[in-house]
This record gives sequence, structure tokens and C-alpha cells, in this order.
Amino acid sequence: MSETAAQPARGTSELVAVVEALIFVADEPITSKLIADVLDEDKQAIEAAVEHLKEEYENRNSGLQIREIAGGWQIATRTEFHEEIRNFLKTRPSAKLSIASLETLAVIAYKQPVTVPEILEIRGVQSASAIKTLLDKRLIVAKGRKETVGRPMQYGTSKDFLIQFGLKDLTELPSIEDFEDLAGSLT
Amino acid sequence: MSQPEPETYTFDFHKETAEIMAESADELKLKIGEFAGPLDLLLYLIRQEQANIFDIPIARITDEYLRFIRLMKSLDIAVAADFLVMASTLIEIKSKMLLPRDPNAEAVGEEMDDPRQELVDRLLEYEKYKSAAQMLYEKTTLEQAVFARGKIESDDANAEIDASVFDLLTVFQKIVARHVEEVKMEIHREEISLADMIKDLKRRIFEIGEVNLIVFFEEMLTKRELVTAFIAALEIVRTESVKLIQKKTFGEVILRKV
Repeated sequence: MSETAAQPARGTSELVAVVEALIFVADEPITSKLIADVLDEDKQAIEAAVEHLKEEYENRNSGLQIREIAGGWQIATRTEFHEEIRNFLKTRPSAKLSIASLETLAVIAYKQPVTVPEILEIRGVQSASAIKTLLDKRLIVAKGRKETVGRPMQYGTSKDFLIQFGLKDLTELPSIEDFEDLAGSLT
Repeated sequence: MSQPEPETYTFDFHKETAEIMAESADELKLKIGEFAGPLDLLLYLIRQEQANIFDIPIARITDEYLRFIRLMKSLDIAVAADFLVMASTLIEIKSKMLLPRDPNAEAVGEEMDDPRQELVDRLLEYEKYKSAAQMLYEKTTLEQAVFARGKIESDDANAEIDASVFDLLTVFQKIVARHVEEVKMEIHREEISLADMIKDLKRRIFEIGEVNLIVFFEEMLTKRELVTAFIAALEIVRTESVKLIQKKTFGEVILRKV
């Protein structure tokens, strides 16, 4: 591009390399915008570099992958190697959420912002302990109060939810109507 | 006893919890207690009876449902009120179904008001979210096979502990104690109001990104100012997107904007 002194003129391969380095050190998925700001490059150039990087990883059958999570980029291992990794780390998959918590989370994910009485209406059961579990695990957050009788607290999913469930954003969730056909066909 | 293979849920994670056939009473107790709710139990019963959800044999399902409630009670499982509410709904529907139809209404259309309709709608709605829960379960299982890099040592996040209001209080007490030691002559000066204090602290947090509470408290000259500063800190944590952070136990408490 331009050879002006203001912009450090990085070649494509150099840009790809530095983008890779930033994604590697970032604690959380790092957004294209943040990378662009740090490098003083424009966002399109960063996105092109990330795409390039993704392809590179795929083409050489890397053990790592570049993933889009919670609106940002992340370097992570490929699923195929989970057993070897667990053997090395000596960890087990973390405790799973109970059915009640998962159901409550599903209602919150699809209906957010949603109040406790609204969750009760769908699940047909009090969900207080499930909500507490989800709050403790930081999968949901309070999203202000609903301006209605009693001003009940509303809940929505958090960024941690996207990260833990490997989602780019909420639109990546299948539409709730897709489950309708499934539900109807069960009997 | 040779019992037929119990019908299992379509969801694999139910295998761990909701299979009704159990080896012992204790196990049974454990499993029944894990139904996610009355709708969950109802769906289970409908499926076990291999009934059509759009044409629920309400008498049979109600009997089965009540049998389960009794079983739960006999096993000393606290039957949640929600289960009892559903029981009464079922009985109500059952009794409505037993009433002879109004011959006049039949002419209009017999499907007009099926007393089961509302329940069916709720079951279908619930089942959607149950499927969504299953989808989430699969996603998180899949996600557990993917590892991002571990934290590198310089990550300050490693040492960061979310500080609580009590940590804040401890810092405050320390400063007050120090104040007592160095008694100075107090010269009458204009007292800063709480609103101004909040404004000042807020401005500093958002300009610099973070404020060390000890430093902030130490700037206060009088006890009154110190108390005002403390209340301002509490207020800001409560109302603004500001986090209390402590790098190590008993360490300095820092206010940082989120």
C-alpha cells in the first residue's frame, strides 16, 4: 500500500505473522478491530490476514486451528487430539451442567432478556437453583430490570457462554423454530 | 425379575439421570428426583405409553402421573409444588374430558375447544427448549475437546482475585488506623460532598483505567473525607461497570473499569 512514514508498511506475510503472534498471546478471543488498533492497520487488512492464516493452518494439517469465538479470534487445538492432550494434561472433562441448568440456559439463550417468571412458564418448574449455578459459572448475567409489576431481574447469556459453547455469536445458535419440527416428529 | 428394557429418553444425557427402571429403591429415589420438572415427567410418561402428543390419552397419563407423585412421596422425595400444580391441571382436564359434549357445540366443530390443547401447546413449547438444551449439551461436550493455550506466566490475570466489599473494608480500616497515628491539626476547610467525590473518583477511573484504593484513600485529609471516599467507592462499584481487583490476598485493592 502507501509508503508513507505514518503507517508502518508491513508486507502481507509480515502482517500475517504478527497477527498470528497477537492471537497467540491474547488471553481471550481477540477481535479484528483490536488487532487493527494495536497494529495501526485497517480492519479489512487484518481480516484478510486472519483468513490467510486460517488457510495456512488447514493446508498444512496443523494440530492447531484458528477459530472465531465470541466475536474474536482464538488459536486452539484440533478436536482430533483431545485424548492425547488430556493424557498429557491429566485432566478430565469438567463437570457437566445438570439437565435443569441446561434447560434453563437454553431458555435464557433463546429468550433473552428473560425474567424468572418467564422461565418458569416455559419450564413449568422453579429454576432458582439452576439460575444460581449459571450465574456462579458466569454463563449468564443480569441484564437490568424489566419495567413491569415487581420489576423482575432479567437475565441474558454472557461472553463466557459464547466461549464455553464455542459460538461466534448468538446468531450461530440454530433457530428455536428448527427444534419445533423435531419436537413434533417425536411421537 | 426379567423386566423389558426400559424405554430411554431420546437424549443421551438422560441416560445418566432419568431412566426410571432402577436397581434399588435408593437408586430409584435418586433418579426420580432428577426429572427436570413436571413437563419433563409428563413427556416421559407420554413417550413410555407410546401415546401421540396431539392426542394424549389423558385418563391413562393422569393415573400414571399421580402414581409417580405417590411413588415420589413414598420415597420421601420432596415433591415440588410445581409437580402438584401439574397434577391438578391433569385432573381438571381429565374431568372436563369426562363431561358429555354439548350436542349444540358439536355442530360448530368438535375440535373447537379440546381441554388438552393448552397442555399440548406447553408440552411442545417445552420440548423445543429441551431439544435446545440437548444441542447446548452437545456443543459444550464438543468444546471440551478443544484447548486454547494455557495462561502464560506474565498473565496478570493469574494472580488476580476478585476483591470483595470486605477487602475494601479492610483497606479502609488500615487507612483509618494510620490516620489515628498521625494526628494533625485540623484546619477547617470546605468539605467535599459525596456527589463530588463520586464524580472525582469516577473521572479518575475512566481516565486512567484504574485507581489504587489505598492511594486514593490516603489523599483524604480528614476522617469525614475518608468516609465520604469510602462510600463513593462502594457506590461506584455498585452502579458503574467497575471491578474491584486484588492481585493477591491482603494485597492492594484496585478499582478498574471493565
